[in-house]
Amino acid sequence: MLSKRIIACLDVRDGSVVKGINFEGLRKAGDPAELAARYNAEGIDELVILDVTATIEGRSALAATIREVSARLFIPLAVGGGIRTEADAAAVVDAGADKVSINSAALSDATLVTRLADRYGSQAVVVAIDAKRDGDRFEVFARSGQQASGRDAVEWAREAEARGAGEILLTSIDRDGTRAGFDCPMTAAVSSAVSIPVIASGGAGTFDHFLDVFTHGRADAALAASVFHYSEHAVSELKQFLDARGVPMRL
Amino acid sequence: MARRNDPVALIDYRAGNLTSVRKGLAAIGAQVYTPDAPSDLARAGALVVPGVGHFNATTWLDNAWRAAIKEAVTAGMPLLGICLGLQWLFDGSEEAPDLAGLGMLTGRCFKLPATVKVPHVGWNSLEIAQPSPLLDGITDGTQVYFTHSYAAPVNPHMVAGTTHGARFAAAVQREAVWGVQFHPEKSGEAGLQILRNFIGLI
Repeated sequence: MLSKRIIACLDVRDGSVVKGINFEGLRKAGDPAELAARYNAEGIDELVILDVTATIEGRSALAATIREVSARLFIPLAVGGGIRTEADAAAVVDAGADKVSINSAALSDATLVTRLADRYGSQAVVVAIDAKRDGDRFEVFARSGQQASGRDAVEWAREAEARGAGEILLTSIDRDGTRAGFDCPMTAAVSSAVSIPVIASGGAGTFDHFLDVFTHGRADAALAASVFHYSEHAVSELKQFLDARGVPMRL
Repeated sequence: MARRNDPVALIDYRAGNLTSVRKGLAAIGAQVYTPDAPSDLARAGALVVPGVGHFNATTWLDNAWRAAIKEAVTAGMPLLGICLGLQWLFDGSEEAPDLAGLGMLTGRCFKLPATVKVPHVGWNSLEIAQPSPLLDGITDGTQVYFTHSYAAPVNPHMVAGTTHGARFAAAVQREAVWGVQFHPEKSGEAGLQILRNFIGLI
């Protein structure tokens, strides 16, 4: 049976992980390669590197980070943040990313989805959707949640799939950083509307939140960052917790 | 005659990015090169046919390539097809009905049923069907990473199956012709073990 995936996100700026890392024994705090290796040893199913750098210097540091992380990691690696052109995508793929995550650039020019899918295959193209509740619809935002796009998450996910996206990474702006749980109704609405896998993001705080998003939220994968930084064994403990409750896991 | 240190020819037919496969092979100590022409296969100790995407991509492997690959394999050179590379070993695929595969294995690849999410993306279990050197060190139920929409049928050379909507061939072996539908270069230690098993044939 296909397992549900647990994905760890590393927010990286200028080559270092920026969100709080509480792991003891790391040689260098915030070293992405070392943290990735640690997650891998714990049984993480996939990694996402989200580049939060705004500078040119930081972008070249990103390629070095991807090379370091992928050199000793043999699980899928996705990279997102600031990818606006085919050349940006090529830079991260050539450095060792298996998947490229695009967000605002796809909203302003949806043909980018198809161009990347034609070049690398749909399995390499993740369309990231940041959405916020607005009555009974889910408004999609661009530019790190700063700019309303006027589009609905369900409708945009369907279009992204039709244009060649291989996966949807759906983040709830309302829940992001709150640790109040994933937005299960939104995740279920998008997941039911498309055939491609949906990765739920935003709001993870407890193990029960993951259970909820895999059951009520119909998520195919769940992504979190800081929740895995709490303890050294959070990933393996989470997977055992979910497996014991009937959610298929790779243990 | 292949020698222990002969390199692996990684065939680049423009179906996706080969960086990960190259890194996986390098991690287990294999020397890798990308042949520019069919005549360049002769110095290889083994062939790897990777590939992701549409079956149409295999048209790049024209008659000259097919002849050279078949000749090498007939002479006993080990071949590993990965993902689309496994599908290409069969007679053909529903995805591109007018194209012929290599025909080393009998059967046509089919689209996974719409009763489940397609593409099949993520970690799924290997159900071992028969013993094989491909599976040395791999236990029944081991999970490996898949990403595909079409799959090869259950067949007499299937050494491990996987189920997603339908049962399909996750790993095949016919003498030194090996194929895996999953991505050994993305399947953690189990995947590296399978690559080691393959390189051990050289």
